[in-house]
Amino acid sequence: MTSTRSAPPPPAQATLPDAWRVEVFRADPVNDPEAREVLAAAAELGVSGLREVRTGRGFLLPSRVTRAAVEAATRELFADPVLDTARIYAPRAAPEVASGVQRVLVARKSGVMDPVALTVQQALAAAGIVREARDDDFFATTFKIVEIQGRTDARALALLAQKSLANETIEDVLIDDERLVFARPPATPPHGVIHVALVNADEEALMKISRDGALSLSLAEMRAIALFFKEQRREPTVCELETLAQTWSEHCKHKTFTGIVDFDGELIDNLLKRTIKDATLTLAKPWCVSVFHDNAGIIAFDQGHDVCIKVETHNHPSAIDPYGGAGTGVGGVVRDILGVGLGARPIANTDAFFVGPLDLPADKVPKGSMHPRRILRGVVAGVRDYGNRMGIPTVSGGVWVHEGYIGNPLVYAGTVGIMPHWAATKTVASGDAIVVVGGRTGRDGIHGATFSSVELSEESEMVSSAAVQIGDAITEKRVLDGLLTARDKRLYRAITDCGAGGLSSAVGEMSADCGAEVDLEKVPLKYPGLAPEEIWISEAQERMVLSVPPANVKELLATFAAEDVEAVVIGRFTSTGRLVLRHAGVVHADLDLHFLHEGTPRPMRSATWKAPQHKDPGAPRESDHGATLLALLGRPDTQSKEWIVRQYDHEVQGMSVLKPLVGERMDAPGNAAVLKPLATSQKGIAIGCGANPHYGVLDPGAMAEAVIDEALRNVVAVGGDLDHTAILDNFSWGNCEKPDRLGALVLAARGCHRAALAYGTPFISGKDSLNNEYKVGDQTIAIPPTLLITALSVVPDVAEVVSMDAKRAGSRLYLVGATRPELGGSAWFALRGIAGGTVPRPDLATAPGLMRALHRAIRGGHVLAVHDLSEGGLAVAAAEMAFGGGLGIDLALAEVPMAGFDHAHDPDGTRLYSESCSRFLCEVAEGSAAAFERELGANPSACVGEVTARSKLRVSSTDHSILFDVGIEELRRAHLGEFRG
Amino acid sequence: MHPTAPRALVLRTAGINCDGETVRALETAGASVDLVHLALVTAEPARLDDTNLIVIPGGFSFGDDVSAGRVFGLELRHALSEKLCAFVDRGGYVLGVCNGFQVLVESGLFERELGAAGMPARSIALTANAGGRFECRWTTMKAEDSACAWLSGMEVMPVPVAHGEGRFVVKDDKVLARLKSKRQIALRYVRADGSAAGGYPDNPNGSVDDIAGICDPSGRVLGLMPHPERNLTPWNHPHWTRMLAQTSKPRTCGEGVLFYRRLVEAAAGVHA
Repeated sequence: MTSTRSAPPPPAQATLPDAWRVEVFRADPVNDPEAREVLAAAAELGVSGLREVRTGRGFLLPSRVTRAAVEAATRELFADPVLDTARIYAPRAAPEVASGVQRVLVARKSGVMDPVALTVQQALAAAGIVREARDDDFFATTFKIVEIQGRTDARALALLAQKSLANETIEDVLIDDERLVFARPPATPPHGVIHVALVNADEEALMKISRDGALSLSLAEMRAIALFFKEQRREPTVCELETLAQTWSEHCKHKTFTGIVDFDGELIDNLLKRTIKDATLTLAKPWCVSVFHDNAGIIAFDQGHDVCIKVETHNHPSAIDPYGGAGTGVGGVVRDILGVGLGARPIANTDAFFVGPLDLPADKVPKGSMHPRRILRGVVAGVRDYGNRMGIPTVSGGVWVHEGYIGNPLVYAGTVGIMPHWAATKTVASGDAIVVVGGRTGRDGIHGATFSSVELSEESEMVSSAAVQIGDAITEKRVLDGLLTARDKRLYRAITDCGAGGLSSAVGEMSADCGAEVDLEKVPLKYPGLAPEEIWISEAQERMVLSVPPANVKELLATFAAEDVEAVVIGRFTSTGRLVLRHAGVVHADLDLHFLHEGTPRPMRSATWKAPQHKDPGAPRESDHGATLLALLGRPDTQSKEWIVRQYDHEVQGMSVLKPLVGERMDAPGNAAVLKPLATSQKGIAIGCGANPHYGVLDPGAMAEAVIDEALRNVVAVGGDLDHTAILDNFSWGNCEKPDRLGALVLAARGCHRAALAYGTPFISGKDSLNNEYKVGDQTIAIPPTLLITALSVVPDVAEVVSMDAKRAGSRLYLVGATRPELGGSAWFALRGIAGGTVPRPDLATAPGLMRALHRAIRGGHVLAVHDLSEGGLAVAAAEMAFGGGLGIDLALAEVPMAGFDHAHDPDGTRLYSESCSRFLCEVAEGSAAAFERELGANPSACVGEVTARSKLRVSSTDHSILFDVGIEELRRAHLGEFRG
Repeated sequence: MHPTAPRALVLRTAGINCDGETVRALETAGASVDLVHLALVTAEPARLDDTNLIVIPGGFSFGDDVSAGRVFGLELRHALSEKLCAFVDRGGYVLGVCNGFQVLVESGLFERELGAAGMPARSIALTANAGGRFECRWTTMKAEDSACAWLSGMEVMPVPVAHGEGRFVVKDDKVLARLKSKRQIALRYVRADGSAAGGYPDNPNGSVDDIAGICDPSGRVLGLMPHPERNLTPWNHPHWTRMLAQTSKPRTCGEGVLFYRRLVEAAAGVHA
């Protein structure tokens, strides 16, 4: 279908491009930090022979532009008069290359979005420098130049280009070859309405149609469609079949979670409804404003305002193109916030990355995959560039490492928004205009929704380039500015974002209860030549769809025009219950909306669970706990994320109360970020998260409870109110058509249900990504069961917030919460390579009360610092608290409150590294101790030490001898870890 | 707001994203603020006539595509050059923060003498941080004895920076000498105690001579990379919880308020 019928890529250019070429380099290598990165990358890849490197940027402009205009463009726009040297080459002229210099050119493939080229065109037109830049058919392109002096063989250079300089999915690489492409992408040959012969097709033919068209529809689904059209006495059109495939994709429909599951003989009808949603319904919190049905969950914040939050995965696109995939992940979840209710202002972003071991030997990277380091660097840069450009602070996140993510990394991006309460609801009205606003539509991102619903394979890199979208944050920022103005003028009645499935999903969803007619030729295109079905399902970024009363259309279009945003009426909502698509007057689809939304056959899947068999390994004896602690601090999951956090603008909008990094030198990991979103309110929001794939492998049910506890610990530790806290579930799982994967999902969902009910924290939004497996040959690698829980908590008064760094020598340290021999999946066991053991599991009967008591103590001002205990247990928490405060800590393990201890476990190791839930290390001033103890009441809590002025962490064992005494500078250095980007 | 509050025009365009906190800072400091899109000002340049102060906030104007502030600077030069020069010549104040600073550098305004026709050729630039990466961290800035009279005597101030291209560079040593002799070096990065930064991280980007901000020869045009408008509340400072634990005395406001108060008072013609 679409993918097979598209025109082939243009052949390699036979000649130099018929375009003006401008090449710009830094005059002084000191000003070329990118060149240093290239050298570092070469060293990491073992590519030798590079003596000197310089990087530059090239621009191509159409040959019909005058030389004088090209010179002016170079002087005024391309080159810096202080820093750069520039060369201009006439069309088809070869650039001058010094002898002994090898050149690598990297250019976007034709048709792949190039935001810089668009900006260049707009700037040249606006300033009147290049008259032709205003023409419809004008375009410019840009490219990257790397010039290398030295003796590097061509193969090594190609490796460097492939592994570091370029992403060949979206970019062309030319080595010592100047024949750049300067052309628009070829048009799809025009065609009339195409019908697909489905009605009389046999099983084999049906599946062939699904596969060849990259529809990801199952046989049952193909049969349901064939049957439906048989009743209609006609064949479906390409547009109709594509619309069904998009709408019915696992990505959009969550068929597994809402289907029927046979769990070892027990029938579960709709797992989502019986677990996650049931908890929310049962809790019935009055402050839940909008849950599950919109683009994000909404809760009340203060009298006039609500806050909303959404977390999304963008796993498969990030595996193929880490930078672009993570960037569009952020762009997409931001649009969810712009599209919830009538739209909210984004005030914070979150990110969580799950990657393979960072020290993975190069030969262990599966074919078609990238090294985990490259993936992590790329996704960090993608989140950075999109979030920073949008002006949204990225304040919360984490990195988790497990070998199960080598071929299938996970990238989660979340956004929090704030909105006036009246904007929390929407209704589409028939008769309203359908208006699409934002970026133009191109052939980018075809079949993203269906692509994300299948397993990755070594060919994914090759076949899925069309599934990769390229983001342009500034276009989205423009949309944001225009949208909030239009919202406050109340110019539209409903809105949603164009995400997976593009217009097909957005218009399909909005018209579900009424009907819609769309004239596809009205959709603004990046370049001519898109087929109707390509326009309809393209996932080109930065677009929103609005339902606009006809009387407001003019003002709405003007409001967006003032922000330089394209807004176009592409159709209208009707009351026919049908979705009608036309292109130049010809009907390409006329589909019953009820069938589209309700016709999906519910799959019946079987699930089973057999716990992994491990003997309880007890707890090993350690000869040197000081060295163990240093090793734990430097583990990739625990090590400082400063190299990431500093690249994110976490201060923009001026709301920060607690930053991601806190303490004397601002290098200690805070429990949770706190923001004060409104100048007019003392209330704050705290954002925390929890995840642990190591627990997930051993015991998915315990894992779910433990990571909910972790996310809640984070927010409670800073002053968040447990009774005004909502949570989000994001499941990334293996292929749930395999019973063991689905069994683990059932257990985790049930754990979610139990914990949410116990803590009184409703789920308000969630998402699942259920096909995270990677095929190499005939082997399939599934990711470990990965549940990311995000907690959004309202802080009653930001002036009461506490940070985790030790504050005053002489104050007492209390350990709140009982320690159990729960070492299964712990950082300590991972360090020692020990499998099995008991996974931490919160005591749901007592944990919520303990958290409420601690909250009272914080609000009462009885606490100077709180740090929650998680990976690495008490040892890591105390170390972070000490170097965070630039102070020493004395800790007596004999005082640690224990529960369920047995003697198979080393008493000191268990106390130091157990990851039992619901525990906090609290610094309490001597004078506040009585009040603190009173608030904690009968909850397990004991004074386990004190803060000292001696700048060392000194720990005494259960038999009162000194176990270790390590300086805080040494702890700080260990915490920096090995990998810093 | 005082009835004779000075009027501040906050100029934004696609990608400017610190306009919210900038407006808040100016209003807190007593200005009457107009937040206006560049397109509106180029269409009606008369909007500059009854303004005391023009502020260009931070962000990523036009995505910082090609180079930070390049395209916005280009548009200023082409569409507003005359009006902007006349505005400064008649005594108006201009502030550019972060991306706004980059835009003003690109515009050429810092090297223009009062009364000169048009913008001179540029010999200063803001370029990629020495570390090669975008960096967000708290720093300390110190007002130097400079032509920018309204900064005179301001205490050393904690302020966050957040930029990828904030390294101030000059074409050659003569340019630096000229900036010094014309008293244009207005702000430097220092350590928290006010002593010289002595390299990274107190000088976060490798700027020559630890320069964090400069002014034009008149002293009325100021640009700086740090963000005083992100330190308005008592809770923005990265050590506020530590200060509270040590003194038990809550802070009343962020130090950034003092910066904007001085600016607004100067722009109102009131001497600080």
